[in-house]
Amino acid sequence: MVDPRMSVIDERLRGVGKVVAVSSGKGGVGKSLVASTLALLLAKKGYKVGLFDLDFTSPSTHKILGIEDVHPKEEKGIVPPIVHGLKYMSMVYYSGERAAPLRGADVSNALIELLSITKWGKLDFLVVDMPPGIGDATLDLIRLIKRISFLVITTPSQLAFETVRKLVSLLNELKIPVIGVVENMKMNPSNTIRQQTEELGVKFLEEIPYDPKVEEAIGSTSKLSNTELAQRVEKITPKILEPERDKPQ
Amino acid sequence: MHEWALAEAVIAAASEIAEKEGLREVREVKIKVGELQQVELDVLEFALSQLKPAMFKHAKFRIEVAKAELRCRVCGHRWFFKTEKLDENASEAIHFVPEVAHIYIKCPKCGSPDFETLQGRGVWLESIKGVKKGDG
Repeated sequence: MVDPRMSVIDERLRGVGKVVAVSSGKGGVGKSLVASTLALLLAKKGYKVGLFDLDFTSPSTHKILGIEDVHPKEEKGIVPPIVHGLKYMSMVYYSGERAAPLRGADVSNALIELLSITKWGKLDFLVVDMPPGIGDATLDLIRLIKRISFLVITTPSQLAFETVRKLVSLLNELKIPVIGVVENMKMNPSNTIRQQTEELGVKFLEEIPYDPKVEEAIGSTSKLSNTELAQRVEKITPKILEPERDKPQ
Repeated sequence: MHEWALAEAVIAAASEIAEKEGLREVREVKIKVGELQQVELDVLEFALSQLKPAMFKHAKFRIEVAKAELRCRVCGHRWFFKTEKLDENASEAIHFVPEVAHIYIKCPKCGSPDFETLQGRGVWLESIKGVKKGDG
């Protein structure tokens, strides 16, 4: 027996330019905030942007962007609604705010289902908010999406960076492009993460200071756009706009 | 009509297999549809008939429905999924992404959402038959 869904994923993503997977080795580093802000900023520049929340068990981009009461349209597939200038897709359309107790195989199946039925149309960028770590969703995306590159988020903590080291090593081994590493929630001046990132052979893109105002901005795109976090994410957009680098040798 | 998206996937997968097996014409496509996804069979059949490329002109699509059998990972209880116990929203959500069943369905014995779908989740391509290139 053959799972026919795999055969249609390429077709569904045919009109999508660059897929940017915003990822982290562990949770709680601000990955979803960076992914949401990046998608908003790219859309503000006039690009056609999609935001796909793949953090199925803990989706949060809808909360960050204040998205509620919207649903995808059924048109020989699923067409994501446009919210704040973004084509927005998330499991919350189906799970609501209930807990989704999914095992790895279920995460894979749900991911493949959404990839095979979602009609993105033409997009310059599809920003993907990944679940943390190197679990099923990460492995599936690497397997199923050809033009994918990773933006990796860490904090100054060595605990966070150790998990980044593993993620980046895996991506390098699999020859998946890594756009670079962003250090979020920085509280003290230090070059440690920058140096360690460069030792991995990956670009250090930006540091984002810890900003208590971000918490107040959750749910409001206008407030979010005025945070220090947004200003710093703005600085990394030129790296996202660059044509895809050659895969590492 | 989400069934169209599934039908497109079936046609794409069947075309890939036909190509690999060197078929010049496909005569029969067997599809298994799991009850968990609650696919509307007449819509799926119609979509297949509208989407089929020239190579499938004389192909018959045989659709078999598989009961959705679930097994609780906590107490081991096995049971068959029944749509009638679900409200409309839950039913629709499971239709689009069957894994959200873990939100709406619990083991009838112990109440756990930690179950596995033994069979009957979604749409599978079971087999295709056809005429090879060079055969009369």
